[in-house]
Amino acid sequence: MNFELTSDQKMLAQTVRQFTKKQSPVERFRKLRDEGKSWDREVWAHMGELGWLSVPFAEDLGGFGAGFVEVAIIAEGFGKTLVAEPFIGSVVLGGMAMASAGTSEQCERWLAPMMEGETSLALATTERGARHNLGTVGMTAAHDGGGWKLSGEKVFVPNGHEAEHLVVSAMTPDGVGLFVVAADGPGVTRSRLKTLDGRGAGRLRLDGASVGDECRLGDPGATAAAVLERVLDCGAAAACAEGLGICQATLDMTTAHLKERKQFDKPIGAFQALQHRAVEMFVEVELVRSMSILASIAADDDDVEARMRAISAAKTKLATGGEFVTREALQLHGGIGITDEHDIGLFFKRMVVLNALFGDATHHVERFASLGSFAAE
Amino acid sequence: MDLAFSEQDEAFRQEVRDFIAGGMTDALKAKADIDAPFDMDDTMAWHKILYRKGWVAPQWPEAVGGPGLSATRRFILTEELELAGTPPLSPFGLSMVGPAIIQFGTDEQKARFLPKILSGEEVWCQGYSEPEAGSDLASLRCKADDDGDHLIINGQKTWTTYAQYADWIFCLVRTDGTGKKQAGITFLLIDMKTEGVDARPMLTIGGTPAFCDTFFDNVRVPKANIIGEINAGWTVAKALLGHERTLLAMVGTSRRTLRRIKHIAAETMSGGTALIDQPVWRNKIAHLEIELESLKMANLRVLAGADLGRAPGPESSILKLRGTEINQHIYELAMEVMGHDALSWYNDDDVIPASEQGIAPAFCYTRANTIFGGSNEIQKNIIAKWILGLPAK
Repeated sequence: MNFELTSDQKMLAQTVRQFTKKQSPVERFRKLRDEGKSWDREVWAHMGELGWLSVPFAEDLGGFGAGFVEVAIIAEGFGKTLVAEPFIGSVVLGGMAMASAGTSEQCERWLAPMMEGETSLALATTERGARHNLGTVGMTAAHDGGGWKLSGEKVFVPNGHEAEHLVVSAMTPDGVGLFVVAADGPGVTRSRLKTLDGRGAGRLRLDGASVGDECRLGDPGATAAAVLERVLDCGAAAACAEGLGICQATLDMTTAHLKERKQFDKPIGAFQALQHRAVEMFVEVELVRSMSILASIAADDDDVEARMRAISAAKTKLATGGEFVTREALQLHGGIGITDEHDIGLFFKRMVVLNALFGDATHHVERFASLGSFAAE
Repeated sequence: MDLAFSEQDEAFRQEVRDFIAGGMTDALKAKADIDAPFDMDDTMAWHKILYRKGWVAPQWPEAVGGPGLSATRRFILTEELELAGTPPLSPFGLSMVGPAIIQFGTDEQKARFLPKILSGEEVWCQGYSEPEAGSDLASLRCKADDDGDHLIINGQKTWTTYAQYADWIFCLVRTDGTGKKQAGITFLLIDMKTEGVDARPMLTIGGTPAFCDTFFDNVRVPKANIIGEINAGWTVAKALLGHERTLLAMVGTSRRTLRRIKHIAAETMSGGTALIDQPVWRNKIAHLEIELESLKMANLRVLAGADLGRAPGPESSILKLRGTEINQHIYELAMEVMGHDALSWYNDDDVIPASEQGIAPAFCYTRANTIFGGSNEIQKNIIAKWILGLPAK
């Protein structure tokens, strides 16, 4: 048992910390949001140069060949200052789906430029009426000569409004399949939906959109379903890490506020009622951290049941702990916390989004309780 | 990072399991099977079995009879003992006064007291709380007057757990009432058979006489029984509170009770379906299991740090806080799952299933979890001050 980061991992964390401090403080996100921009392509290219966008991909694909712990280090760091670039949407979701299901030719074509920071990817799975159920797929893919015709709609796709290429889940006669769709392809309409956290998300309408068979990632059916489930688990694990960064940042901002803000002629942090609330926040942050570590290890676990158990537990803990911490942070900030001008609300809203993505608490508690390990324990 | 236990540690876990399977008497196993409460005889019988194995005081240094286990193995040992439902040992000698004597005692005191704590030949209890001194412990008034080689003790201790079975009591007594209240306190060992000591058992809300009021009427105690310096008892008491913070989370106990809940939920029908097969119930149980899993991960982080020789980090302070609360929540859910059966209070065996009998008393008694050893509100005061750095005024 060992919770220590390697020296390479520590160095990565340090680099991320320097980047967020110097180049990407919260003000940068606020400015993007106020200008109606999703993220900055120059910054994305810089992340490509730093190698951050290739971290989880195998070396023979041109990647860094690191594990999910490295992914979690980056996501956690990004959470602390609300870095808007689509690390989860493009690297963890679109990229890992591509790397898991695609051939080396397909990866060369779509993954390689993303790793360089020249393009970005997305994974389009969410549909109206399906909630978090991966088995409910209304998008269809029908054989069309040597290729496929896709029809249907996806909503609230992370980075779906910006990605050059989207990996789309669609039902085929053989079960669910994964297809690469170019955002500017024929029969493709996509738009930017405004979202609560200010980052936006994609809405994708496919109206008999034609793609060649070279755009099919792996075989539809059980294989594609397993890839989807694993990649979305990775998304959940990355959300746990980003959420941990948010929790830590909000706790730090809140304790600083409690020390500075004076009412009744003393710092409000001297009031026991508020001290105890802050301690409860601290406790929840440590529990969220413990489970984020577990999720980051489990994301690489080949034992599917162990992976699902750990990640469902961690995502549930993020939902309960993360919501608690950010809500308490607002309460302890008082009136200023309700103003759009103050940063604490930005963190609060991002947490809402992270909790809704990749399965909410209700979904993950249900999945956790359905596993064989629940009955056996 | 690697969250798996090493092969050697897993082998140790197996060794512990094998030992428990072979070491527990049939009488103890019969009680453990249904989580029936153990009495003092059961506790001390198990104490002696563990003593013979060398595992009774896992946290003691090897030089004074500890087994020299790593923090990880201490956790494994504790978790397996709790999971198997073995009798919880009395903590007052092994986890409290023992470590205090090891840290602050003279060689004579160590030689006199430690072997008999280990062997279970002498049973201890704790004399801290008084009717007017609970959370504000330093305001204690139980008085010790100087009488040459002796101190003369007068006063009252209360909520003294199992004092009626104890051979010795370790007390905080007032040796100086003139200065700062923390400065006039002395840590003193008192033989319960001394004339003038009177322990009067009282019922707890768990339905058993687990507490006593303990009175001291002109009790003569040799000064040789002072641990540390006179008037420096507060230092000893504080060190004792900080001792072994890696095993306070009750992870094994809570896991065992969660298993018990699943068992009861599988046997309890509602509308023709077992509760465990109904999402609303299953999910409530799963939610708690996830909370417990989070606590266990936090505990493992503390252990891994301790094995690297690191002082317990901030995460260690949450173990007692959340461990005690989760344990209470588990009993609350057990009561809910039992439905009307939860109302039964010490009835004959044919009223509710044997495996449910112990739940209601345990549900009541474990309300003490968040009070003893420094109430959770006191723990929060400590975290607010020392970890979050929040101002006192």
